[in-house]
Amino acid sequence: MRILPKHTQRAAIAALGGATLLTLSLLVFIIVFVLEKGLPVLSLRFLFTNPQDMGRAGGIFPTLVGSVVLPLLAVAIATPLGVGTAVYLTEYTRESRLTRVIRFGTDCLAGIPSIIFGLFGFIFFVTTLRMGWSIISGGLTLAFMILPTIIRTTEEAVRAVPRAYREVSYSLGATRWQTVRRVILPNALPGIVTGVMLGVGRSIGETAAVIFTAGSSLRLPSSVFDSTRTMAVHFYILAREGISTENAYGTAAALVIAVLSVNLIAYWLMNRVMARRS
Amino acid sequence: MKLFGEKGVERLLTGIAFSAISALLLIALFIFSEGLPFIMRYGLRGFLFSSEWQPQAGQFGIFPMIVATLWVTLGAIAIGAPLGVAGAVFLTEFMPRPVMRAVKPTIELLAGIPSVVYGFIGVMVLAPLIRSTFGGPGLSLLAASIILGVMILPTVISISIDAIMAVPQSYREGSLALGATTWQTVRMVTVPAARSGIIASIILAMGRAVGETMAVIMVAGNAVKLPGSALDSVRTLTANIALEMGYATGTHRQALFATGVVLFVVVMALNSIAGLAIRQKAGRR
Amino acid sequence: MNKMLQPTTGALLLAIVLTGCGRQKTSITMAGSTAFQPFAEKLAEQYMIGHPDISITVQGGGSAVGIQSALSGAAQIGMADLVQLPPEAKDLTAVPVARDGIAVVVNPANTVAGLTMAQIRGIFNGTIRNWKDIGGADAPITVVSREAGSGTRTSFEQIVGGIALSKDALIQDSNGTIRETVANDANAVGYLSHGLLNEKIKALQADGRDCTTEAIMAGTYTLVRPIYLLVKGTGSEQITAFIDYVLSPEGQQTIKSNGLIPVK
Repeated sequence: MRILPKHTQRAAIAALGGATLLTLSLLVFIIVFVLEKGLPVLSLRFLFTNPQDMGRAGGIFPTLVGSVVLPLLAVAIATPLGVGTAVYLTEYTRESRLTRVIRFGTDCLAGIPSIIFGLFGFIFFVTTLRMGWSIISGGLTLAFMILPTIIRTTEEAVRAVPRAYREVSYSLGATRWQTVRRVILPNALPGIVTGVMLGVGRSIGETAAVIFTAGSSLRLPSSVFDSTRTMAVHFYILAREGISTENAYGTAAALVIAVLSVNLIAYWLMNRVMARRS
Repeated sequence: MKLFGEKGVERLLTGIAFSAISALLLIALFIFSEGLPFIMRYGLRGFLFSSEWQPQAGQFGIFPMIVATLWVTLGAIAIGAPLGVAGAVFLTEFMPRPVMRAVKPTIELLAGIPSVVYGFIGVMVLAPLIRSTFGGPGLSLLAASIILGVMILPTVISISIDAIMAVPQSYREGSLALGATTWQTVRMVTVPAARSGIIASIILAMGRAVGETMAVIMVAGNAVKLPGSALDSVRTLTANIALEMGYATGTHRQALFATGVVLFVVVMALNSIAGLAIRQKAGRR
Repeated sequence: MNKMLQPTTGALLLAIVLTGCGRQKTSITMAGSTAFQPFAEKLAEQYMIGHPDISITVQGGGSAVGIQSALSGAAQIGMADLVQLPPEAKDLTAVPVARDGIAVVVNPANTVAGLTMAQIRGIFNGTIRNWKDIGGADAPITVVSREAGSGTRTSFEQIVGGIALSKDALIQDSNGTIRETVANDANAVGYLSHGLLNEKIKALQADGRDCTTEAIMAGTYTLVRPIYLLVKGTGSEQITAFIDYVLSPEGQQTIKSNGLIPVK
């Protein structure tokens, strides 16, 4: 007997819909699980007091500082490089073997596992350049890691700036750099910020690359040459070592909220860019 | 900005444009310079194909970890790819566009959940479940595959949706006009047309699964042996590096960098294949 | 009111950190043994109260990192917890500052109360594979051990003797993770620093001896390893002063009250 297309269609919809539902519920479960257990622990006091006894008691203030300072340093280093690369690729050169090589390198860099960044940061910044486990070592390593994201999103944003803007600028006698600086970059700003925010989000959530380069000292750092511990690393240590499950959940909630809100801002900005383009 | 003239700016930007590729080369240089001499000395065959990993006794065979990485990745793909592609197809072809436009960013947002959180849930929820249902230590190949399978879902869905959306509307209209149902259109027209993008999403997801470290350390149990079943504990290449790096000196440390070399090569290969798959279809912008 | 103050102080501190106006301090980095790390943190914390001009940072990493970083200068003081220091440590001054018992631990649900050294050897070699063979329930044994290079593992294997670790053994990378894994798995057995025992796990008798501070000090419990602080050359005045503090009655009391055994 032949199965009617109508029936296979219905079966297919059921199967695909079921898979989609399963996917969404798995992902939602993770968020809900963490927030449900973590939100009761989370408070301003938890965020802004120092931990005691390795994090068994007290808050997570130094790790909050670590999670702010390290990503900021990373984007401060990566943004000029990323934006510069993107502007060069889009405004200063035509498609050639050279641009293809640069793009391929960027794609490759994006695919490197974070543990490799960690190994590299450890051997290069920490050991060879004698920076020790420090904010500067961690920030530089993370900067390498998020560079491709910033390049790509900036490139998208710069391309989304209408041709006409450039033509008007050039016809008024502006030089290339003036056009880039006064017309293109301001118009591409939301897209650039998107890339930066995505980089911040990735840096906040990163563990493997950070633990090998910034170390895991729980003390409040007093300069960029001090070691620091981010919330992600703190959560990993609390959870793994069974130091305090309660504080681990609290830290996880703070971490997830931080990453999701940073990413949310990034996507909101990206949507604005996309909307303008279409 | 009078600091640099027009030419100066151009020269500066040209220099900056090489930052990503220089970073890549620098990373490769340092990982390889630490790892390659060891591989030369120890012998590539012994390193890749011996099953004895006894650093204290000077034995460094990573075959069990290569096999484990392979199985964990395949397991993750077996779980994540069908679910992800099904989700992408359902959202693009069977749901109204506004629903898709709302769900896609939500899923992409979830790609940002830190991997340690996935690992923690694996330890707290998944491993006990596996232990009580199937026996064994719970921390296992199966647990790692499931956790990674879920972790790669956002990657697979997001890129697959882009690929399916890129299929011209006229293809679908043609098929529907010939009397095909939506499902027949999806199966015979849309998905085949979006094939290379979907494959690219899966290969990129493989890259992520191969490279994931912290979540895997937490749920895989890290025993160095060839897995006999999905319930056995395994150690991946990434886990080997992160677990032992803190304690390794001398040759042991070089062997871990050599593990990094193998990982680097594998991931580069996967990314190049994914890049080819995407480019083959889209051409360069 | 207090609740309102906290974030403000936090923001202020953040601002200070961000501007990076660190005061001039002598900075000492300690790195190494994860077993001693919590004690070092605590000792450093106490010491810095009396010596505000000194800033001590404590890193983990493991005994091998302790030796390496003391040699390379990445840390001024290395921490190692090995029965035998490796040959490359010969250029370092090793000061024993504490002793640590290694407890063989199981899940509290386990009915086995003690093991002989031969049984411990059998379990970790993989020749004894079921709890019923050694007086427990009929359940497979999940062996949990440390990674190669760990000071605790090296010491444990040396003292028990004749261990070629079973390939089925799960590997965890710290005392704490061993504890968590054993606490979560009713059939697991592992070993960890005596100082980190808690109610989530049960310490077994070894050769009929309880793993207690008294038994370790009396020398009847034999699974014991020393903990060394390692300094390159003679070290600066500040470093010597800190090590003297660790060895002082106050320092040794801190070590003892938190579960390690004083050196003398």
